[in-house]
Amino acid sequence: MKRTIAIAALATAALTLTGCELGPKQSVQNGHRGTGMDTVTLKKVALAKDEVPAPPYDPPSTEGPRAGAAYQNVQVLGDVSEEQFTYTMAAITAWVAPEQGCNYCHNPENMASDEVYTKVVARKMLQMTRNINTKWDKHVGTTGVTCWTCHRGNAIPANYWALPEPGKKGIIGNLHGQNAPIAATAYSSLPNASLAMYLSGDAKSDKSIRVVSDGMHPTAANKLTTMETEPQYALMMHLSQSLGVNCTYCHNAQAFKPWNISTPQRATAWYGLRMVRDVNGQYISPLKDAFPAHRKGPMGDPFKVSCATCHQGKAKPMGGYKMAKDYPALWGAPASSTPVAVPATEPAVPAAAAVSIATH
Amino acid sequence: MATYQNIFTQVQLRGEPEAGIALPPGSEPRIGKGSFSYLIGLIGNAQLGPIYLGWTGVFALIFGFFAIEIIGLNMLASVNWDPIQFVRMLPWLSLEPPAPKYGFTPFVPLAEGGWWIMAGFCLTTSILLWWVRTYTRARALGMGTHVAWAFASAIWLYLTLGFIRPLFMGSWSEAVPFGIFPHLDWTAAFSIRYGNLFYNPFHAFSIAFLYGSTLLFAMHGATILAVGRYGGEREIEQITDRGTASERAALFWRWTMGFNATMESIHRWAWWFAVLTTLTGGIGILLTGTVVDNWYLWAQQHGYAALYPDTGVIDPATLGSSAQ
Repeated sequence: MKRTIAIAALATAALTLTGCELGPKQSVQNGHRGTGMDTVTLKKVALAKDEVPAPPYDPPSTEGPRAGAAYQNVQVLGDVSEEQFTYTMAAITAWVAPEQGCNYCHNPENMASDEVYTKVVARKMLQMTRNINTKWDKHVGTTGVTCWTCHRGNAIPANYWALPEPGKKGIIGNLHGQNAPIAATAYSSLPNASLAMYLSGDAKSDKSIRVVSDGMHPTAANKLTTMETEPQYALMMHLSQSLGVNCTYCHNAQAFKPWNISTPQRATAWYGLRMVRDVNGQYISPLKDAFPAHRKGPMGDPFKVSCATCHQGKAKPMGGYKMAKDYPALWGAPASSTPVAVPATEPAVPAAAAVSIATH
Repeated sequence: MATYQNIFTQVQLRGEPEAGIALPPGSEPRIGKGSFSYLIGLIGNAQLGPIYLGWTGVFALIFGFFAIEIIGLNMLASVNWDPIQFVRMLPWLSLEPPAPKYGFTPFVPLAEGGWWIMAGFCLTTSILLWWVRTYTRARALGMGTHVAWAFASAIWLYLTLGFIRPLFMGSWSEAVPFGIFPHLDWTAAFSIRYGNLFYNPFHAFSIAFLYGSTLLFAMHGATILAVGRYGGEREIEQITDRGTASERAALFWRWTMGFNATMESIHRWAWWFAVLTTLTGGIGILLTGTVVDNWYLWAQQHGYAALYPDTGVIDPATLGSSAQ
């Protein structure tokens, strides 16, 4: 009996020490042996399939009359076929406003009208999507993005942020913009507004993310203090949290700075951070006047994107599922305002891939 | 059946409280007459008091109280004086040093780090007064001052982190915040900023002495407990006799690893390991940012950072392609 109790006590202690996470794990080595570069995930998380809606119907022809000629006031998708246009509209409805339907953006009396603000926003977002798919292949590869990548059936994507209110005076109720556990800083006591410091897309205010010196000894080139390093640390925690990975997914923890011992994912993330700035600066912030007050943050700026907006806990959104291949309309020229049959100015790879897939 | 006898002290004495030796002229009176506690007796000497506080003790407690009060009330204020939130959020709450814009000036608005300077001043005063106390009490008993110097080594690390290094760096913002998670985040940010503290050789020394201290503590503690059945805690009176606990303890290590410390030298080993932990740690902190800004590069220069195969990844910022 005593022996049984002893064994049970030892087993309980062992389970407690392992954090009580009993589920089977998946461990992937992603760096040189001995560097601790492993990604350990729960299998039920790693292998979980994200919900991806099927196309509304079989992708139609890309031939035939252009949407810009068939409908009025088609400023972005005017270069796609009329059938593709309708098909894309149906898909967008299911992705963004499945319950509200077409009228979430359109005046049913006059579909061409821009009187509903969401239509103005949706147009900008379509330009953004095309910009991402054609200009940011170094981040999104040939996978691309659709509205669903962020929206997942919600009019407003689940993960967004806005500029913080200016710091309070005095000490009462003043946490100095930190020391409050939120998901964006992985529930640490790090500064909460790091996204606003680095990813607003405003070149004047976005700070450099790099904190480590190029040389061995102190120089005037890098006067950054430990205190000023904390927001950058918070930003990295945001990446880690958003992608469901640890530091060693990108970095060799021996030294975070050198690129030649980092993984290729770090370069992908580098482009991703610039992509987020581009999205916030070129597509979200200019919508400031279009959005009503209840769709803005405390400082009156529109809700912005972060890594979490698309990734939602996965290293590749939706496990890397190539959803955008079914929607060639999302791969056109971002700034197109007149019907153009074949966009000529974009990089060849993603567009060509999309077209070839779409012709299947 | 084997029994383990040494979790709690087995014997407790009762009688008139022991007053100890007479104090030297000019001493303050001791407080209390001494009393006994069974529970205290389980883990140590059952007699509580009398205590010698003296003026250094009194002022150390007063300044210590101020420091804790400033830190605690700042934290309580930061959650709108809500005691429930104070308890719930305590691990996250902090009292931060002044921002970089204030440099190292002592004149900082209270709400923007002035309270941190005040708390640091009170805490430092309290600790230094307590150090004086450990020194004078040892002298009053005719002892050596080993405890005071060991304590001084810990104070050196504390002062380096919070005052000496910020002084050399010319910025309070380099100092450590008061707070549970915040001081841990500071530690990680410090290592990130200065290129991985792991490659700071004095940090490495400090860790070696820290781990060495725990090893020595475990070896010594285990040895003395293991000969407790022969009265091993009475070290000195056994030291010259055969078959005693003391000789068995010595033989155990000589037979096990060929070498044994003596009843005296084991304590010197322990003292130096403990003292060197914070002494080398403080040197490592002081050199960071003042002499060395990137410890990884320093370790490469001196040939002790492992070289891993090149992954072929290139800094995209140097490609200059899109500058997107």
